[in-house]
Amino acid sequence: MIRTVFAATVAVSVSALAALADPAVVMAPGGAGGGYDATARLPFEAMAAEGIFTDGATFTNKGGAGGTIGLTEFVNSSRGNDNAVMSMGVIMVGGILLNNSPVTLKDVTPLVRLTNDTGVVAVGPDSPIQSVEDLVAALKADPGAVAVGGGSAGGVDHIAAALVAKEIGVDPAKLNYIPYDSGAETVTALGGGALTVAISGVSEFKPMADAGRIRIIAVTSEGRIDGIDAPSLTEAGINVVIGNWRGIVGAPDMTAEGKAMWLDRFGKMHDSQAWKDILAKQGWVDAYLAGDDFAAFLAEEEVRTGTVLKDVGLIQ
Amino acid sequence: MDPVAGLLHGFSVALQPQNLLWAFVGTFMGTAIGVLPGIGPALTIALLLPVTVYIEPTAAFIMFAGIFYGAMYGGSTTSILLNTPGESGSMMTALEGNKMARKGRGAAALCTAAIGSFVAGTIGTLCLTFLAPPIAELAFVFKPQDYFALMLLAFLSVSVVMGTSKVRGFISLFLGLSLGVVGIDKLTGLQRLTFGVPDLMDGVEMTVVLVSLFAVGETLYVASRFGLHKPNLNPLAGGIWMTRDDWKRSWKPWLRGTFFGFPIGALPAGGAEIPTFLSYTVERKLTKHPEEFGHGAIEGVAGPEAANNAAAAGVLVPLLTLGLPTSATAAILLAAFQNYGLQPGPMLFINSGDLVWGLIASLYVGNLMLLVLNLPLAGLWVRLLFIPRPYLYAGILIFSLVGIWGVSNSWVDLAMMFGVGLLGYVMRVYDFPIAPVLIGLILGPMAEVQLRRALAIGQGDWSILVSTPLSAVLMAVAALIVIIPAALHWHRTRRIEPLEP
Repeated sequence: MIRTVFAATVAVSVSALAALADPAVVMAPGGAGGGYDATARLPFEAMAAEGIFTDGATFTNKGGAGGTIGLTEFVNSSRGNDNAVMSMGVIMVGGILLNNSPVTLKDVTPLVRLTNDTGVVAVGPDSPIQSVEDLVAALKADPGAVAVGGGSAGGVDHIAAALVAKEIGVDPAKLNYIPYDSGAETVTALGGGALTVAISGVSEFKPMADAGRIRIIAVTSEGRIDGIDAPSLTEAGINVVIGNWRGIVGAPDMTAEGKAMWLDRFGKMHDSQAWKDILAKQGWVDAYLAGDDFAAFLAEEEVRTGTVLKDVGLIQ
Repeated sequence: MDPVAGLLHGFSVALQPQNLLWAFVGTFMGTAIGVLPGIGPALTIALLLPVTVYIEPTAAFIMFAGIFYGAMYGGSTTSILLNTPGESGSMMTALEGNKMARKGRGAAALCTAAIGSFVAGTIGTLCLTFLAPPIAELAFVFKPQDYFALMLLAFLSVSVVMGTSKVRGFISLFLGLSLGVVGIDKLTGLQRLTFGVPDLMDGVEMTVVLVSLFAVGETLYVASRFGLHKPNLNPLAGGIWMTRDDWKRSWKPWLRGTFFGFPIGALPAGGAEIPTFLSYTVERKLTKHPEEFGHGAIEGVAGPEAANNAAAAGVLVPLLTLGLPTSATAAILLAAFQNYGLQPGPMLFINSGDLVWGLIASLYVGNLMLLVLNLPLAGLWVRLLFIPRPYLYAGILIFSLVGIWGVSNSWVDLAMMFGVGLLGYVMRVYDFPIAPVLIGLILGPMAEVQLRRALAIGQGDWSILVSTPLSAVLMAVAALIVIIPAALHWHRTRRIEPLEP
């Protein structure tokens, strides 16, 4: 939410013919310290450390309305600027639809998907629900009696819950979904028995599961995850794969040269040790997808999210 | 490691010269940001996160802890002297504290705030040292209906004691409640009162309203009255120190404030505001000098100031023992832990004993440092009031503008600041109390979310609201607060009636 402008402390190499440095202009559509903020800053940290891009960067934090306020400002202020990029993710895809934002991701230039935080489905430690099958049975018997907790209404957790409901033949609009502001609140509500089941990111739930506060019954990735003794939804017979992915887009009307330049930089960064270290430290899962592949993925996500949000009745 | 051995070891870490220096840097910065409106500890620590790359974890956390505690201290200064709280946790302090300052007792108010913060901070840290695991369990015990009952209790108790005119108080309260519904409804995703302005979708920023109503409203009011009333008060008329009587009247509120602040601060949806509301109400009910309330009662400063500092200590309980961040600041601290590859929780005490006990010990050190830093400064701060008013209030206005711009970088917020500031001026002129607006704005959305969560979980069955022992007790107390004064009133009028012709 706060704008911090600081030039990355990067030495500008001064050779006889060196042109003026061209710092990147980076928008983080979320507050300092959050996910979008880290997705905006850390790639530049890695690029600077590896000498891939050393001209520095100025960062602007502009949170609010699922990231759409930052998106709007980015589109309005950086059209055609090859040095301007923005961090974004699946939450923004939903945020645009929910807030009926006049500016959409069609206005920007997709560059790369970088990371993914897999979702996990968990229950309380003493819950009679032991497995995905138990959960499906409970949902089919009386969807209203199963209080499902997770992040904001229409966010990735809600969409995951709705996809599961749809897949097992329960009307997503009948889901008793209860949004929470923070993972801390969700975990305590689940551990204390107020919620029957909750969905959140693996990074938020795994430490609590390791401490025995909650029990993970499924993960939303394609296969199993190391360190979690639970099947994926697909493995348990529910064909749902979803994650909280984040990536980078470029300015509206970015030139082909500009796009190629950034894809080259991110490609080198992705192979670098500095980036691998950052992934490990942040607990992020690598989900690198570049250029046209990412654009195609983005289009699919927009369609899927739009359908689900209509199903649960959040948009018309 | 048992707590005593751990703590002794922690002191050996915290008292190393370079760590003492970090503690000093942290407390100093914390005090400064507490004084500035709009800039809080969460933001400051977020901005300092990059330094974690360069300094070792123990030093960084000692500094962050200093910032965290220091901000709670600093917030009281502007509340008391200038009636411009920079943090919502110090709003209740302004009510009585500023009246005290106007009577020339500003230094005594600052002292009771500083010592109260020290007492509460120290007791809070003691509880953190010895009682953290059981207190942390509270987080799992509280269900939505319990939160709702707690918020309802805070609501009713504070409305009952607010202001001289009930009607004016309730008008203010409902103004705050309506500001509170602006934005996207958390449960259904529908927009309420946003008028198509994207900046309003996340609701009205509490800090904007706080700073505008108090600082901007006060500035306009002072400006409009400047020609009529030349300030002729001597800020030092009441002396620099607390009198014997002040001490006698302060120590119980300090302890009671701590009692409210610590456990509520430890709850995921608790926060620093609710305990200050409750503390203020209780002091107003229990005081032997009810006539002074509203005109500068020292209990009304001592209690809430202790409560907000104890709440700050409470926030660290679930963070350190469970790895649960329950406030924005705690979430940033968690990010800092993760930057070092540390995961807070039970394992933290085992794997990184040095760090945790060093951090806890540095809380004691920081607290003492803040007291030493703030007590002598109380006499100095009060001299702020000698600054000619045009300069002083011009300065306040500029700091407020910068602070609000810093909150979200939004023109809408700035425009709103002037609108709400004008409202604050009008409310002052026509003698409407300011605090209920903020109480409505803070508690309204919290209570609404918890109520609707409880009802959603109970599938619309209202009896769920009293379904746990805790919620039933809190609801009963809330009901008594409303019924008892009414019953007493009815009893009195009935006894008097036969005497009338």
